Amino acid sequence: MFYHFKSRRTAYGLILFFIALSGFAQMPIFKRYYIADIPGLGWLAQFYVTHVIHYGMAALLLGLGMYVAVDYFLAHRSSSSKSGTINRASRLTLSAQVKIISLAGLILTGCFMVIKNLSEVYYPHGVIIGLDLLHLLFGMVLLGATAYTWIRRRTWIR
Amino acid sequence: MRSTISRRHFLKSSFFAAGTAIAGTGAADAAAGMSDANNEPLVTLIDISRCIGCEECVYACKDANAHKFADPRKPFPRMYPDRVPVEDWSDKRDVTDRLTPYNWLYIQYATAVKDGQELTLTIPRRCMHCQNPPCVKLCPWGAAKQETNGLSRIDSQICLGGSKCKKVCPWDIPQRQTGVGLYLDILPSFAGNGVMYKCDRCYQKLEKGEQPACIEACPEQVQTIGRRSDMIKKAHELAKEMDGHIYGLDENGGTNTIYVSPVPFDQLVYDTGKGKPHLKEVKDTMADGSNLALAMVIAPVAGAAAAVGKFYKYMKEEA
Ligand code: HEM
Ligand code: SF4
Ligand code: SF4
Ligand code: SF4
Repeated sequence: MFYHFKSRRTAYGLILFFIALSGFAQMPIFKRYYIADIPGLGWLAQFYVTHVIHYGMAALLLGLGMYVAVDYFLAHRSSSSKSGTINRASRLTLSAQVKIISLAGLILTGCFMVIKNLSEVYYPHGVIIGLDLLHLLFGMVLLGATAYTWIRRRTWIR
Repeated sequence: MRSTISRRHFLKSSFFAAGTAIAGTGAADAAAGMSDANNEPLVTLIDISRCIGCEECVYACKDANAHKFADPRKPFPRMYPDRVPVEDWSDKRDVTDRLTPYNWLYIQYATAVKDGQELTLTIPRRCMHCQNPPCVKLCPWGAAKQETNGLSRIDSQICLGGSKCKKVCPWDIPQRQTGVGLYLDILPSFAGNGVMYKCDRCYQKLEKGEQPACIEACPEQVQTIGRRSDMIKKAHELAKEMDGHIYGLDENGGTNTIYVSPVPFDQLVYDTGKGKPHLKEVKDTMADGSNLALAMVIAPVAGAAAAVGKFYKYMKEEA
């Protein structure tokens, strides 16, 4: 049951990299600070390109997230009737809990913003500002926790 | 066209129903006065053939909105890196031949040939008030908002002047003034660059049930404001009458400004460039996002199906 973990980690890593990059590209900073001048990175300053990448990556993240969640749930149920190994192996570390909460926050606020961007949807101004700031905050927490787990070599499950 | 509408309705009504619950409360603060009961957006219809280019509207706009204009502090804080442009119109407030932070409406001159005769047209130009305005929807700080009566405006208390709204606007409408706004209180040297200004369709006047200043001031009744469906009907009648052409029905997915011209828009010869918007065809800039929103509904279903598929395969192998 565990042989998929390597490929799902790679997929998650790639998605996280591009979703965070395209997310920060939503703010007009990459042009100002010359990053978009690096050959091959000009697209970082093209808002409609990064907008589409952010959306595409969000779809992939939702797909992967649902896959992992359902997979975990099914493995959990089948294992509880057999041996306790998967149960015990599947306990989340503290850093993983922080990452999952911030991911859930990003997905929730992100999805509300996607709806906001549809035609004829009007959110009150305070809600728009709140969603933007929360999304940014969850993004910072996720990246902070990810950097920590990377440097300290922490895993998702104990 | 029909498919995008049904998709939009699908998205709004099914998976993300909770989102529209929030959106619904937006209707509560719908501008009173001009906006009508069922919250159909307001549209301004501009009959180009009537405009005589007197600029009454331009000066009316300046007067009516003078209290909103920037009063920048000088000298401006130094901005890094050096490439960051200082945009200062505060000593050129009188400019009226283009859009500036102090001139939200200008008269564009166009020439054309109709029935073998050379024709000069004058066209009032300002924000189109898109039905799905990228300037509002893509602002990363939420500094801009769209009201249920269809107008969009940038809150000068919140705008940091990064100019993203101008970059994503198909007509490059919003104009920047350096040296004002919230960025001065944060990290003026490293983030932000002032405030973006554009036509806000005189939202306070609309709230009081009055007409926008430019409409009121026009001696030729060039502009009419009213419910979208009524104005579209009127635009078609007008176009039929003068054998004319319509701009704004589909541009950028539809705008709440509709021009009717006696000459096809692609045959007009006019000055464009900085602060002088074009009149070209514009595809719906927000359409890709709306289509990908559907992918975000499908992806989790596919993910769940893959996991269930894997589980059954595993169970079969175990058995
Ligand atoms: C399902 C997940 C996500 C969805 C649906 C989503 C959606 C969005 C949307 C709609 C925007 C507004 C800009 C635009 O419309 O183009 C945005 C902005 C942004 N996103 Fe995401 N996003 C997701 C996940 C993430 C993740 C994982 C990060 C990682 C750090 C991230 C970082 C950002 C940042 C920094 C911004 C710009 C600042 C802001 O508007 O708050 N997003 N996202
Ligand atoms: S014309 Fe430009 S500034 Fe006006 S609503 Fe549309 S995108 Fe925004
Ligand atoms: S609607 Fe108001 S703000 Fe807009 S151009 Fe007319 S007078 Fe100016
Ligand atoms: S006031 Fe009326 S006629 Fe005069 S320039 Fe403006 S729209 Fe044209």
